[in-house]
Amino acid sequence: MMDTLLDVEDLWVRFPSRQGVFDAVRGVSFTLGRERLGIVGESGSGKSMTGRAILRLIRPPGIVEAKQIALNGDNLMEKSEKDMRAVRGQKISMVMQDPKFSLNPVMTIGAQIIEAYRQHNRTNHADAYAKAVEMLQAVSIRDADRVMRAYPHEMSGGMGQRVMIAMMLIPNPQILIADEPTSALDVSVQRQVLDIMDGLVKERGMGLIFISHDLNLVADFCDRVLIMYAGRIVEVCEASKLSQAKHPYTRGLLNALPRLDAPRDHLEVLQRDPAWSTAPSVSGRVA
Amino acid sequence: MALADNNGGAQGRAPLPKWLTGTVKTLGSIAVTMLGLVFITFIIGRVMPIDPVLAIVGERATKASYDAVYLQLGLDKPLIVQFFYYVRDVAQGNFGMSLLNARPVAEDIARVFPATLELASLGVIFGVVLGVPLGVVAAVRKGSWIDQVARVLALVGYSMPIFWLGLMGLLVFYGMLGWVGGPGRVGIFYEDVVPTVTGMLLVDSIIDGNWTVFKDAFSHIILPASLLGYYSLAYISRMTRSFMLEQLSAEYITTARVKGMSEWDVVWKHAFRNIRVQLITVIALSYAGLLEGSVLTEIIFSWPGIGSYITTALLAADMNAVLGGTVVVGLIFILLNIASDLLYKVFDPRAR
Ligand SMILES: Nc1ncnc2c1ncn2[C@@H]1O[C@H](COP(=O)(O)OP(=O)(O)O)[C@@H](O)[C@H]1O
Ligand SMILES: [Mg+2]
Repeated sequence: MMDTLLDVEDLWVRFPSRQGVFDAVRGVSFTLGRERLGIVGESGSGKSMTGRAILRLIRPPGIVEAKQIALNGDNLMEKSEKDMRAVRGQKISMVMQDPKFSLNPVMTIGAQIIEAYRQHNRTNHADAYAKAVEMLQAVSIRDADRVMRAYPHEMSGGMGQRVMIAMMLIPNPQILIADEPTSALDVSVQRQVLDIMDGLVKERGMGLIFISHDLNLVADFCDRVLIMYAGRIVEVCEASKLSQAKHPYTRGLLNALPRLDAPRDHLEVLQRDPAWSTAPSVSGRVA
Repeated sequence: MALADNNGGAQGRAPLPKWLTGTVKTLGSIAVTMLGLVFITFIIGRVMPIDPVLAIVGERATKASYDAVYLQLGLDKPLIVQFFYYVRDVAQGNFGMSLLNARPVAEDIARVFPATLELASLGVIFGVVLGVPLGVVAAVRKGSWIDQVARVLALVGYSMPIFWLGLMGLLVFYGMLGWVGGPGRVGIFYEDVVPTVTGMLLVDSIIDGNWTVFKDAFSHIILPASLLGYYSLAYISRMTRSFMLEQLSAEYITTARVKGMSEWDVVWKHAFRNIRVQLITVIALSYAGLLEGSVLTEIIFSWPGIGSYITTALLAADMNAVLGGTVVVGLIFILLNIASDLLYKVFDPRAR
């Protein structure tokens, strides 16, 4: 059996409010090995909250509860905030949706990448600079020296996202959480950015959690897929066997996709069964 | 690649260097704004029902001396020519004579403005040094006791009349406790002791190395400066808080946390850097407000600044003094605006 990097068991994310407690994530369990694990679901199904809870980045008043979130057998739930800071970036990192918002607008690209590296590595500026340039080249940026001096607003979406990937991989983490990393990009560069990310993740033997609302993309890109609905995992599937998925929600998502090879006159509207959101979460753990 | 797109645009002739066009534009806008301001004060001076000749020669002057002054002031010329003369005079720092003390207005302003500058600068320094960190902490610890304290402090600052606070301050810290000097800029024994260089007593006494005068001047300025500082603190801390709250919910803050940065670095290295431009506007506004001369404060503390100067002149219908003071205050506004524009470009790469 492949080795388990991350073991998430019974994860809940709750938001107390005046009307009562809203559970954004409801008892989700899964493991991650050196693989590409997809998390798919419609908007609001709790995908981002799951990703952020792993990094313990849910801000108060949000509450995270879990039996364990174990990184190499080490339970992150028991760590102090200070110890978590050594995990973030260095062990687990995250790429967010839109580089327009996820990069600091008043700092140069270079300063932001160097900062990510030096957060976890004691080196002088020159070494960090060289390392950052090397990393930019690894994400296929040719004139790296110029990009180092540029500001985020001078960059296209595709470039910005490659910069994000470089920045998040520079401390050499074991796990990358990519939260809709291409949803804000032009279709023409989506594939390129994905390929760059995929190449680096494979080369470094990392685990990847790939969050998307696009079932097609996930089916193509991942090894294993968790399908989320209303804070729960409703089905777990090998990506290659997605067409054999049984859950009506998954089938609905599949049917809702337009297909070039089998055109249809109209797309089906997904019919939801209230029972789906009360059924217990399916486990995505691999023993 | 998007980076290459920046070089489009200018074609044909070699473009002028950017700093040159920028400087020319800035100087041009100063000139135009000043001209507009001078035009307005000129018009005000003409429509006021005060005869400038009578004001000089007095009610009982002979017809001959009246006419002489009439010609001397150029009042026989067309209005446009008069305006030209006025602009020429103002450009040379000549605002005419004051009716009250028969001295050049420019000399009066050179004496009262440093007093206001000193008071306003110290006030705004208080406001910034205390208000900015208070606003940042209130945003970071939103809803905590410190946020509540900051809220109440600002609310009191907004709603308390300044003359009441000023009188209370004098009563308690000067009258009862004797911790600070009373009204005026300096004790009567220390007047005109240090040579005037900048006109700001604190600075001049440092230049002269006279610490006795410095201490005395400081004990006089501390109370009115704290009072003005408190008002600017109230405004600056509220604005800082709301700017910070907006930035702290931005996605790049999450990025900084994902990197493993400490909360201190997230707040100061990332969020704070992004509010500097907005803060500059707020501080410049606050400073400009104080430089205009806080009339009430200057009156309560017998502070011989530009606010009380203009007010006194206005009540005495001393138009040359009023207009001269107005032009100077206007110039300060324009200069502060330009300074904050320049700082924008330093702090925000998108504004370059
Ligand atoms: N701060 C918050 N307070 C209350 N509810 C929240 C908060 N943040 C997110 N949620 C809710 O949590 C649910 C899951 O959100 P999210 O994980 O972002 O969904 P997605 O699957 O689209 O990434 C959503 O219904 C959202 O409204
Ligand atoms: Mg999301």
